Amino acid sequence: MSAAPNPEAGGWIAPDIDSCEAVNRLIAAPLLDRQGWGRQQWRGWWMLMGIALPLTGVFLLGVYMILAKGIGLLGNNTTIVWGFPIANYVWWIGIGNAGTLISALLLLTRQTWRAAINRFAEAMTLFSVAIAGIFPIIHLGRPMFFYWLAPYPNPMTLWPQWRSALVWDFWAIASYLIFSIVFWYTGLIPDLATLRDRATRPLTRKLYGVFALGFRSSARQWTIHQSFYKTMACLAVPLVCSVHSIVGMDFAASVMPGWQESIFPPYFVVGAMFSGFAMVVILAALIRKALHFQSLVTDRHFDVIGKIIVASACIMGASYATEWFTAWYSGERAQRTYLAYVFTGTYAPFYAIMLFGNVIAPQVLWFKRARASLPTMVTVAVLVLIGMWFERILIIWNTLGHDYLPTLWRAFWPTIWDYLVLVGSLGVFLLAFLLFVRLLPSVSMFEMRELALRERRP
Amino acid sequence: MSHALLAAFAAPEPLMRMVQQARDKSLGLIDAFTPYPIEGLSEALGQKPTQIPWWMLGGGVAMAVLFYAMEWLSATRLYPFDQGGRPLNSWPTFIVATVEISVLTAALTGFVAMLVKAGLPRLHHPLFECGAFERASQDQFLLAIAAPEDAQAAGAARQALWDAGAVWIEEVAL
Repeated sequence: MSAAPNPEAGGWIAPDIDSCEAVNRLIAAPLLDRQGWGRQQWRGWWMLMGIALPLTGVFLLGVYMILAKGIGLLGNNTTIVWGFPIANYVWWIGIGNAGTLISALLLLTRQTWRAAINRFAEAMTLFSVAIAGIFPIIHLGRPMFFYWLAPYPNPMTLWPQWRSALVWDFWAIASYLIFSIVFWYTGLIPDLATLRDRATRPLTRKLYGVFALGFRSSARQWTIHQSFYKTMACLAVPLVCSVHSIVGMDFAASVMPGWQESIFPPYFVVGAMFSGFAMVVILAALIRKALHFQSLVTDRHFDVIGKIIVASACIMGASYATEWFTAWYSGERAQRTYLAYVFTGTYAPFYAIMLFGNVIAPQVLWFKRARASLPTMVTVAVLVLIGMWFERILIIWNTLGHDYLPTLWRAFWPTIWDYLVLVGSLGVFLLAFLLFVRLLPSVSMFEMRELALRERRP
Repeated sequence: MSHALLAAFAAPEPLMRMVQQARDKSLGLIDAFTPYPIEGLSEALGQKPTQIPWWMLGGGVAMAVLFYAMEWLSATRLYPFDQGGRPLNSWPTFIVATVEISVLTAALTGFVAMLVKAGLPRLHHPLFECGAFERASQDQFLLAIAAPEDAQAAGAARQALWDAGAVWIEEVAL
């Protein structure tokens, strides 16, 4: 227990942060303070860069090879046509969803604790959605034609098939990505203005100044800014739910056993929030340690996130149980053999890992002591991320590998390229996130200032 | 060129009190500058509701209509395609992309509306000439009132600001 705000006072900031200036100093220091934040302080950053850069290279190589040589490099076969790429896509976009949900839902419900985590959670959204968008393209047989999803005047007089889930996906990802950028940038404008005013080097000042657009923190501008920002939050909540529901419908709109279930859209949304919160725990732990934000990202934040994770784990458990029940209750042969295959088939051990990571392991967070222990929280978060990844993988492998026609039953075995692209995508995420914490305030300064001042006054 | 008195306060409460006082004494309120949004401040300064949500609604609805019209036109007129006997105008599946793109359009409309209404981007402003103005984005609560022309009224205005708890006062050209 390092920095403990007084829970009885309803505090979300440690007592040492008692003024606006204290907030500014703490958050801006890693970006602007050249004396205090020299090479020593950034050593860990460079070490992580040393991991992220080669992995990004691996990712680029993998994508290049797949585009150049074709999808035959991957383990995808004529039965399991989706394989790794679509599972990775669903996993990444799920992680992304939580960032928007945290930011928007908690803003609308006036949860002041969001201020400490919303900025980097939104950055997480941005990077993971951008990465997610790459996967559907590389799993196409002819990726050079991916733009056929967009309606544009063409000499073939062809139009997109609006009934296709792939077309829905295209609009969902594109809209969601651009929306997230606008939402994130709008929240950043006041903080960029603060950085502009605090920076001492002319070039830094100019750069932050240009991106701050000349924001003057005037009461009128604030009202306009907040009016837009809050309306965006109102739009963001249904948007996030619809985006991941569409991902769920990619599956549910088919007639495959194990996919054609009306529970899929909400179940995907909860799963997305679940994995996203797990990623937030890991990033929050990293940021708080690396940037010395113990006073802002407090133990109490981890406590509430722990509660959300355990609640989501229970919903996930209930969703799995519903899936099993409906498969059995339908009485249909294909559904029942599918269910038997899930528990006893080729991938049964993975299914056990999934259940352990998603449902069983998070139950430890019922205990306050577990939520107060950062190592426990991070371990559970990693298990959840692994569990959720296996869930995405198994939804695809089990159903596609075991549908109505037994002659088509096949297993999927990933190739080295499958693994390289997956691991590489983690590197791309890490790289983007490292650049983000180095260049932009990872915690919202203006919201923290308000919180600090409100908490320090009776 | 008009002049303004720029006064800084250490906390939001004295600023709010001063705004009230200035209205009572009918001093010309120009604007306030604060490190974070303060509810009710801009209304006290006489700002009307922003209407941004209405712009966003308008943008979103317009795009929804346009987009659905495009889907309908392409699926029923330009490229009719019988897919398993489904109606050419399969509206439940057409709504999906329509919703997504209209939310995005609402967001972009709102962003542009925000910039236009806030007068941004405007990288330079006379207020930036005042060095201490930088504190507004960091930790001080600034109020700008029109500097009265005659010396006596100007003195009284300054005194009122000092009395309200101003930390510093500067005269700036606007």
